[in-house]
Amino acid sequence: MNPQYQYDIFVIGGGSGGLTVVDEAQRLGKRVGLADYIKPSPHGTQWGTGGTCPNVGCIPKKLMHMTALIGEIRHELTATGWQGVDPHSKNDWNILVNEVQRQVKGINKGNDDWLIATNGITYYNKLGKLKDDHTIELIDKDGQSEFVTAEYIVIAVGSRPSFPTDIPNVKQLTITSDDLFSLKKAPGKTLVVGASYVALECAGFLTGLGYDVTVMVRSILLRGFDQEMAERIGEFMKIHGTKFIRGTIPSSIEDVDGKRLVKWVLNGQEQSEVFDTVLLAIGRSADTQNLGLEQVGVQTNKESGKIIANDADSTSVPNIFAIGDCVQGRLELTPTAIMCGKRLIKRLYSNGNQIMEYSDVSTTVFTPLEYGCVGYSEEAAIQKFGKDNLKIFTSEFTPLFWNFANRKGTCYAKLIVKKDDDVVIGFHYLGPDAAEVTQGFGVVIKLKAKKSDLDNVVGIHPSVAEELVQMQTWK
Amino acid sequence: MQITQEFDFFVIGGGSGGLAAAKQAASQGAKVGLADFVKPSPLGTKWGLGGTCVNVGCIPKKLMHFAALAGELRKDQVEAGWINADIKGKHDWNRMTENVRSHIKKLNFQYKNQLNNKEVKYYNKLAELEKSNIVKLIDKDGGVEFVKSKFILIAVGGRPSYPEDIPEIEKKVITSDDLFWLPNNPGKTLVVGASYVALECGGFLNGLGCDSSIMVRSILLRGFDQEIAGKIEDYMVESGIKFIKEAIPINIEVIEHNRRLVTWKQKGVQHSDTFDTVLIATGRKSDTSKLNLERVGVKTNKNGKIICTIDDRTSVANIYAIGDCVEGRPELTPTAIKCGQLLANRLFGGQKKMMCYQFIPTTVFTPLEYGCIGYSEEEAINKFTQNEIIIYHSIFKPLEWNLLESHYAQACMIKLIVMVSTRRVIGLHYLGPNAGEVVQGYAVAIKLGATKEQFDATIGIHPTCSEEILTLTAVKGIDNPQKEGC
Repeated sequence: MNPQYQYDIFVIGGGSGGLTVVDEAQRLGKRVGLADYIKPSPHGTQWGTGGTCPNVGCIPKKLMHMTALIGEIRHELTATGWQGVDPHSKNDWNILVNEVQRQVKGINKGNDDWLIATNGITYYNKLGKLKDDHTIELIDKDGQSEFVTAEYIVIAVGSRPSFPTDIPNVKQLTITSDDLFSLKKAPGKTLVVGASYVALECAGFLTGLGYDVTVMVRSILLRGFDQEMAERIGEFMKIHGTKFIRGTIPSSIEDVDGKRLVKWVLNGQEQSEVFDTVLLAIGRSADTQNLGLEQVGVQTNKESGKIIANDADSTSVPNIFAIGDCVQGRLELTPTAIMCGKRLIKRLYSNGNQIMEYSDVSTTVFTPLEYGCVGYSEEAAIQKFGKDNLKIFTSEFTPLFWNFANRKGTCYAKLIVKKDDDVVIGFHYLGPDAAEVTQGFGVVIKLKAKKSDLDNVVGIHPSVAEELVQMQTWK
Repeated sequence: MQITQEFDFFVIGGGSGGLAAAKQAASQGAKVGLADFVKPSPLGTKWGLGGTCVNVGCIPKKLMHFAALAGELRKDQVEAGWINADIKGKHDWNRMTENVRSHIKKLNFQYKNQLNNKEVKYYNKLAELEKSNIVKLIDKDGGVEFVKSKFILIAVGGRPSYPEDIPEIEKKVITSDDLFWLPNNPGKTLVVGASYVALECGGFLNGLGCDSSIMVRSILLRGFDQEIAGKIEDYMVESGIKFIKEAIPINIEVIEHNRRLVTWKQKGVQHSDTFDTVLIATGRKSDTSKLNLERVGVKTNKNGKIICTIDDRTSVANIYAIGDCVEGRPELTPTAIKCGQLLANRLFGGQKKMMCYQFIPTTVFTPLEYGCIGYSEEEAINKFTQNEIIIYHSIFKPLEWNLLESHYAQACMIKLIVMVSTRRVIGLHYLGPNAGEVVQGYAVAIKLGATKEQFDATIGIHPTCSEEILTLTAVKGIDNPQKEGC
């Protein structure tokens, strides 16, 4: 403990990464400070402790996605004999939002109670800003400042949705994921702009909840993901009622009697349509403006605003670290931020020597047909190893329960295997319960398992996961 | 005796193992024949090609389990804002069984097609061994023919057993052979047994609205991890299922309105109650009694199960046996399938690979599902002693359950059994939703010898139930398994 400083470690940002650092450090008896403050969205939306994931990300997203899925099950309910089921009834948005917010606030309260009750943590609901390499300015909602000092500083401020720069008044006329999960009025006829997983997940559950949804995509779906899988996701969404406008972006958005008149150009022709809501999901930017980074000498990528940190999470100022979404080159995921935070504290205080690894991280896109993946996409694998060196196993299948109500669409699995050593370098599963199916295989891929290792394992029957250990045909 | 056909490979039994072996052998170029014939249950229930799994096992079981779970989701629908979700709506048994039957018939048809496509000659006749290389085939009218084959495979599976001490029991009760084809709602049901069959059936019957009781002689799920078995029971009790413990039926009478008066003894005291249906699920026995095994010299154990070597050979050189009818094999479809395929590859494909029975994953589809791989806690302690193993445990609540307060928070559990010396994971137990889907991938990891550290170094997918398996820190005997916070 260095008596020169008020805190051993001060964390700016109480999200997945930040709270992990706080927790791990206080367990080791360190004096920990945390500043977490939510700058309201352009519509004034705010939320409590916990960061993006529990408030405006993973958690509310999954709850709404699950709600859409349990709405769809109404078809199976009737086919399996349940009486009195109305498969066409609507979803009450306010009941849903209240329920989601009840969950979210429960998590906020859990975090708040823990922060207050835990010795060794001082929590500031204030906006943190670097004054010098050991001093942080904390600004409250009325603009009053106080200053604290710390031996180590960890920046974990995450990111916020980005806005296009070429549409006047765009911030007033559109909403983002920051606003969607607490929206007071049902979104109605919605245009989702973007092709990220955020765009497709939101468009997906909004369609499932019964809303008229269109997705406007500039070029490809799910950039960076396996494109065969991305297109299949898009096809499935189309079969189930989501409309797509491909190859364009909005040129203008206007308020017309409280609705949104959106114009765009497609194939040289101007087109337009009126929507109740325009949801922007074109990407996220690191929340690093007004952090005082330049004045203290913490280097950032000028274009993206992301902080540049080395493998040990250290910035250009040796005692200042950065983790999570706000750092260049990191996966924007809760579990990676958490593991990164844990390893950082181990290295700082417990002679740990593990740095964070970002390869072969399993992830899942919670679109109406869910997509779980680990390792290389087909494109990345071909680029790295060459098509002739790969054997790509595929399988189309129908989950057992889809037979009840004849669900439309097909599930699909793909394993990318290197011919020379039979190692499975890419796992792709498109079907129900994708995250639960994929997780165990995350361990498998990390073990550098061979295709024959998967084939040697007996399947669990009946399941969808067993498809992955029975793949016999290849492209 | 006129031999009507000669084969390289003749399979008796068109279930999971038999069909897989037949198709694989045909793929390897063998001339294959297959005989499948379903002897009706004592109540006259019959079914088509595909064996137990497709007709009276895994498939209809899972479909009905799904129907029961779907029914439960109605309460979640209300919570999540779906209007007009009627949580009181009754369940129409016939609608469900109609749909289940139609799916099964599709599968029967698919299997016939597959055999046809592979040029496997299919006989819907009951087979008996005439000589070590000759099979007698009897059709439903008693007509007989004989076929000759270089190799014979017995894959006749098993059928439900009945308790021996209750007179005429076979006419008074149903078994899983009858349940999935029952023409009417079973109503107030007594399930006798503590096997996964008993618990799965009792479970979904309760979920579909039937008043369900389960009568258990001693422990639940013998052979499975008993801590988990206890939690499965707790969950089922919370769901409204009545357990009658340490009891066995001593008499069953048919009374008015075709109901059943059951008398049982529990701790020396006699009790009785009336039910609409009594479902016996006290175990299964090998269906080998009418095969004429003795005449040909194929050895069985006293329970009728065929005794085989590690490479599926019986005591007669050219006769093989796989699946549920063989002593010492797990009674599972996927093992029978794999075993059949590997056998066909060895006989006709020049391959050497044998079936490995270690670390086979399995799932019990009780109302709260249970997936497991490897050693139970009891087996691990027995084999390795308490000092050589360390058990990590966790009680968790799936995110989706937050929609409703009535799912109780301590129901789901994960247990990982790890060797102290090597840190190898030798047992994984997951009690929670979608257990089959969660556990499958870990089976590959565990078979490869993955360590606890390798599990922990794998990054989780959020939010899932499965990620809990990668973040276990609480040690049984030292730490509380319950977590706080998100």
